[in-house]
Amino acid sequence: MKNKFFIVLFSLTSFFLFSQNSGQISGDFSLNLQSYVEDEAINAQAADEVVLNNAFLNLLYSNRNLTIGLRYESYLNALLDYDSEFRGNGIPYRFATYTIDGLEITAGNFYEQFGSGLIFRSYEEKGLGIDNAMDGIRLKYKIGKGINLKSFIGKSRTYFTYAEGIFRGGDIEIDINETLNLESEMKYILGGSFISKYEERSNPIFKIPQNVAAYSGRLNIINGGWNYFGEYAYKINDPTNSLQESEMNYASGNAFTNSITYSQRGFGATAEIHRADNMLLLSERERTGKAYIMNYIPTLSKPHAYTLLAIYPCATQAMGELGVQLDVFYKIKKGTLLGGKYGTKINFNFSRINGLEGGNSMLNDNIDFTPKLFDFSQELYYSDINLEINKKVNKQIRYNAVLANQTYNKDFLEGKTPGEYGTINSTIAVVDLSYKIKKGHTIRFETQALFAKQLETASKEEEGDWLMGLVEYTISPNWFFAFQDMYNYGNENESKRLHYTNINIGYLKGSTRFEIGYGKKREGIFCVGGVCKLVPSSNGLNLSITSSF
Amino acid sequence: MKKTVCLLFTLFLLASQTIAQEKSLPNVEVKTLKGKTFNIQNLDNDGKPMVMSFWATWCKPCKKELNAIAEVYDDWQDETGVKLIAISIDDTRSMSKVAPYVNSSDWDYEIYLDQNSDLKRAMGVSTVPHTFLINGDGKIVWNHKGYIDGDEEKLYEEIENLVSK
Repeated sequence: MKNKFFIVLFSLTSFFLFSQNSGQISGDFSLNLQSYVEDEAINAQAADEVVLNNAFLNLLYSNRNLTIGLRYESYLNALLDYDSEFRGNGIPYRFATYTIDGLEITAGNFYEQFGSGLIFRSYEEKGLGIDNAMDGIRLKYKIGKGINLKSFIGKSRTYFTYAEGIFRGGDIEIDINETLNLESEMKYILGGSFISKYEERSNPIFKIPQNVAAYSGRLNIINGGWNYFGEYAYKINDPTNSLQESEMNYASGNAFTNSITYSQRGFGATAEIHRADNMLLLSERERTGKAYIMNYIPTLSKPHAYTLLAIYPCATQAMGELGVQLDVFYKIKKGTLLGGKYGTKINFNFSRINGLEGGNSMLNDNIDFTPKLFDFSQELYYSDINLEINKKVNKQIRYNAVLANQTYNKDFLEGKTPGEYGTINSTIAVVDLSYKIKKGHTIRFETQALFAKQLETASKEEEGDWLMGLVEYTISPNWFFAFQDMYNYGNENESKRLHYTNINIGYLKGSTRFEIGYGKKREGIFCVGGVCKLVPSSNGLNLSITSSF
Repeated sequence: MKKTVCLLFTLFLLASQTIAQEKSLPNVEVKTLKGKTFNIQNLDNDGKPMVMSFWATWCKPCKKELNAIAEVYDDWQDETGVKLIAISIDDTRSMSKVAPYVNSSDWDYEIYLDQNSDLKRAMGVSTVPHTFLINGDGKIVWNHKGYIDGDEEKLYEEIENLVSK
């Protein structure tokens, strides 16, 4: 078997080598080394291995309509903020894609998303340690004008293996104007998707369904500066998450998302509403955890880039939530009183997410429950109201300032017992100021403050107020130096009023970046796109190298 | 063992032949802000250079870079005819913020959405911002990871070098 593989590979490479157009190779590399030293004060553990390592190398070969790719991954052993199941070395990702006559064929691994992801999303997010790449066959086909078809069959990756469920799916997208040769300003794009999962039942007596399905429909209308997008998804009952069959939830699930956007020169606004009820799709029915989630309910809150704004992040509740979000972008014209010489940019953002009345849909021998469709008065999960101002004052100085007020239901979002931490309300202010000293040399100061209070009496002590300062000096195009300190001066527990200090030095050259850092990291929740992981506190030295070729 | 050596040798030969040459854009489809599918190989600027910059609405240095270029973009275009292509890697969470952000910022760039990160992967972009310079024949001649204040001047030097060749 192995011999054959090598012979095929050998003849293929020879073929490419001697054929006239030898194609091209590209790729990228990333290495992340971290040492862990014990620090009792911040509860940081030392690693038995002393140094931990995450690294990967992507290699892509493309020649006309053919692309072959693989990724070598190395976890020796994985950094502490990764799931420990990432262990060892391997090539968990490899594929070949060929396009001919409008048909694209992929064999091996691929990432795919249908619509906004409500029923299916296979993706990678290295920051979170998520990679649920599919392994199987995918076909994409263009039939006539404006009609795109996608279909696949495969299993999803979990760490270095594959989950039990076999997924089959199809998606169609029709650009109505193109298909019907409509000349109108108003554009319509219609889409529909279907997913089916097969998973063998383990219990021979209790006949839970082995094949379960979900489908969705979507509509996008675009007219001038206006853009409407709406998608509705339905999941046929998929009993999960209970070892006792009689306690399982046999209810169906559903979700919708709607957004309307308007923009013109100097102004833009977008309003969104979404709701999810019992809409978790898993690659294995009896598993929990982010590695097994196969769909995505886009989070309705602004992704914040400043540290203290992200201390209490929003996590999507696919099992049940109802949320709204509004964004307004405005640029005050240059030459006006508030606009100054270069204009001033303003972004207002508001989001609010609450639970469903009585929780998610439930159906079994004891309960038959469906929550109300719209009820904004239920338990608050998360809200954020913030204003960001971005301004260039003159050739030397520019600043970015943010003022925010966030409410975070810590007990619910972090799965604590009600009454442990309660709901936390925080007001955060950030001022980020850059000063250009001379050509290529810039110094930047970031000052952040967070004032937190618990909205009800709680049994556990909270972290309370924070201050943070950062100084960064950059020399374009090669160097950066940064020093930062986070100080938890308002911790209710006086022995935890600690400093978290970090120093970072980076060197960039073309497409290669070296960074070395030393310092302490706070234990916390880190989220990308509303999917979150718990990052343990740590103390140590970090080296990272990324490069592409 | 012999086989492995053999394999490595051919891979090396292959690599030495293929890495050295200037790279073309991959055969990948993205979307326009109007929802149209667009193959990135169809990018065109009448034989003049193009800058392709990967960004996201949540990425501070990306916005810093594109805003800094926006201030001098008219001059760049007058002097070199360069066109800037901004590829947003925002996923469905923040995709609806792309058009409002771009329009309110007065950007004159060509904007595409790479929602499923297909182009990002095909071009070996692991972090944003990542900026590529493409010559008049559609070949990638230079690229740069990250952005620090003043990097746009270095990019402009590269564009000028390309035009004066």
